[in-house]
Amino acid sequence: MSWRERFEAPVAGVAGSKATNWVRAAAARITTPLLPDDYLHLLNPLWSARELRGKVVAVTPVTADSATIVIEPGWGFSFDYHPGQYIGIGVLVEGRWTWRSYSLTSEPAGSAAERTVAITVKAMPEGFLSSHLVNGLKPGTVVRLAAPAGEFVLPDPPPAKLLFATAGSGVTPIISMLRTMARRGGRVDAVLVHSAPDEDSVLFVDELRRFAADGLIDLRLRLTGVDGRLDAASLDELVPDWGDRQTWACGPGGFIDMLGGMFDDRGIRSRLHVERFALERGAAGAQGGTVTFGRGGKKIEADGAQTLLEAGEEAGVLMPFGCRMGICQSCVVMLDKGCVRDLRTGVEHVEGERVQTCVTAAAGDCTLDV
Amino acid sequence: MAIADIPEYAHLTGADVEALGAELDAIRADIEADRGERDARYLRNTIRLQRGLEFTGRMLTMGASRRSLWWAGAGTLGVAKIIENMELGHNVMHGQWDWMNDPEVHSTSWEWDNTGPSAHWKHTHNYIHHKYTNVLGMDDDVGYGLLRVTRDQRWRPFYLGNIAYNTLLAVFFEYGVAAQHLELGKKRKTPEAKAALKRDLADVGRKIGRQVGKDYVLAPAISGVLNRSSRAARKTAGANLLANVIRNLWTNAVIFCGHFPDGAEKFTKADMDNETQGQWYLRQMLGSANFRCGPTLAFMSGNLSYQIEHHLFPDLPSNRLAEISVRVRALCEKYDLPYTTGSFPVQYAKSWRTIAKLSLPNKYLKDTADDAPETASERRFRADGEPRLVSSVDQRTGRRRGLKSAIADNRERRRERASA
Repeated sequence: MSWRERFEAPVAGVAGSKATNWVRAAAARITTPLLPDDYLHLLNPLWSARELRGKVVAVTPVTADSATIVIEPGWGFSFDYHPGQYIGIGVLVEGRWTWRSYSLTSEPAGSAAERTVAITVKAMPEGFLSSHLVNGLKPGTVVRLAAPAGEFVLPDPPPAKLLFATAGSGVTPIISMLRTMARRGGRVDAVLVHSAPDEDSVLFVDELRRFAADGLIDLRLRLTGVDGRLDAASLDELVPDWGDRQTWACGPGGFIDMLGGMFDDRGIRSRLHVERFALERGAAGAQGGTVTFGRGGKKIEADGAQTLLEAGEEAGVLMPFGCRMGICQSCVVMLDKGCVRDLRTGVEHVEGERVQTCVTAAAGDCTLDV
Repeated sequence: MAIADIPEYAHLTGADVEALGAELDAIRADIEADRGERDARYLRNTIRLQRGLEFTGRMLTMGASRRSLWWAGAGTLGVAKIIENMELGHNVMHGQWDWMNDPEVHSTSWEWDNTGPSAHWKHTHNYIHHKYTNVLGMDDDVGYGLLRVTRDQRWRPFYLGNIAYNTLLAVFFEYGVAAQHLELGKKRKTPEAKAALKRDLADVGRKIGRQVGKDYVLAPAISGVLNRSSRAARKTAGANLLANVIRNLWTNAVIFCGHFPDGAEKFTKADMDNETQGQWYLRQMLGSANFRCGPTLAFMSGNLSYQIEHHLFPDLPSNRLAEISVRVRALCEKYDLPYTTGSFPVQYAKSWRTIAKLSLPNKYLKDTADDAPETASERRFRADGEPRLVSSVDQRTGRRRGLKSAIADNRERRRERASA
């Protein structure tokens, strides 16, 4: 290890510029085993780059059951995200940090100028966190953030012929793409097919109409309350040349599967770029599933009674272990995807949480960071 | 011989032990369901208090030239270090706050202000000590490979120094913690074992280096520069040393009160075979000891004044142990089990008494390994050749008669013999 690596070791993994991390590394010698950030964030919650944080600046209603949340990120957040990407947001609810991912609806250049990002959240009937975000979140609230991520992005420059196919809140990653296209000024042949129950529940309806009037997009709204559900036949009718277009689609699982089938049938699957709602985590109360061990990629089928630790050992993964009775926390790993259940209490844990593999079992397919 | 058959020793049937286990499971479920904002606030306030005290202590020890302020600085820093080690470090690393899903107060990421690396400590403490609590030959916390704390450890001339070792251990406790995971007395033959030791030694060395660098090099240097005097630098180093010693003495005392006072039992490996969850619970109850306290003493001990409750539920938040103790005491009453507690000075004195006594060879000791204040076994109830008592119910009162009554009977018999 070089002297520089050794010097920077305490702040390895902390986001920040080279210079600030040198200051941090120097100051960490006197705050060890903590970082200077651990003291600074007591003065201002945003003064820490140990974990990305942000402060809610505004919560603005968009429709009756949705709101745009503007967040000012703290130290270490990089604004060079791509339109279409999502961020993770952790909110403190009843003492517990609850995490979900939402598409960024802000546009990167505007974000960098104003030092804020925005997400638009629709309150789901059973969505415990989404309802809280829409109805209970107050400006000034401090949230945790996970860096922007996702492959569902618009290339620059965009292709000449485009189709955006969205349903419900699936329009949220697209709005960021449209805002970026509008700012850049170039015009391409873009069609937006958006399906929603009725006019009132269309997110960004005025803005979408404006984009249409400006000639940015050819807007085709499908109100399912009046016209019925969007299916392959009706899409054929709305956009006859869909097969010639590079398509970005976002919506519920059924909607994406329908589109996937259409593109598969024509053998042009590579033209379809999809984003599914992050909230899909298998049927509630699922028992067992395929457990994937992310780092090595090994997989195994586990039933609802086999612990994840046993499943990993059976699959030949080098699992961290300890007491095997749920008391020592030696076997705790990050749940990257899916849902697992605590065999002692029945409590379910979802992605973004660290779980004790010795007392939890798969509740549907899941991926562990091991 | 230590306890080899827990249900027999406790005078409970297998069904009793399972029923007791179910009642304890219910306590866990109740607390888990009730955890929330109030608990999170308690933790955040504790962190703020600790960081504030630490900052104040550092400022005083770096800037203060007056003698009274020097003492105040060392004392404040000592208190800050105690809170950091006990209420924060120990409890966070047990996963008591993992439910908050907060990466900054999570068992997987917490590093404490102690010379022992957190990862090592989680292995020796969370796993080995908490799973194999007080099992001779498995739980290294029984004497830490240094002290003779039970008659089941064979006497060697080395133990004549029992009191001296414990004094040194208390003063330099943090280094004892750092060394514990290394198991320096163990022979390592395979290349893997040797490589593992080398890695662990490097980890401990790095951690000690950082801690020593902070308290005895960097802080004094800053103080020397700020005050433009080398005397100030020496005084800062001295104050930091005192703060560390205060912390060491206190944490050592609290920890010794947990398993070494009279009545905290030891167990044999035989008892571990096919142990059920109920039997594990019972072993934790019989092997641990509390001390009585008010809220301040409880806080300063990291709530380890509720050692019995902590050992039953090592991963439930420390601020809930007081209320849990009410229910655990009621269970002890119901199942007629002893609930070992006493005042802090008495419990600590009992630990020292045992350490002093056991520095001597057995021939100078009155009691047997089956019936001594610090260790007992199920054989203590067979001494008179009487049939052993298993879970009887008092015909008159309808109360279960268990270990507590049996101990009282034993004492009664002994008194009668002595007077006869």
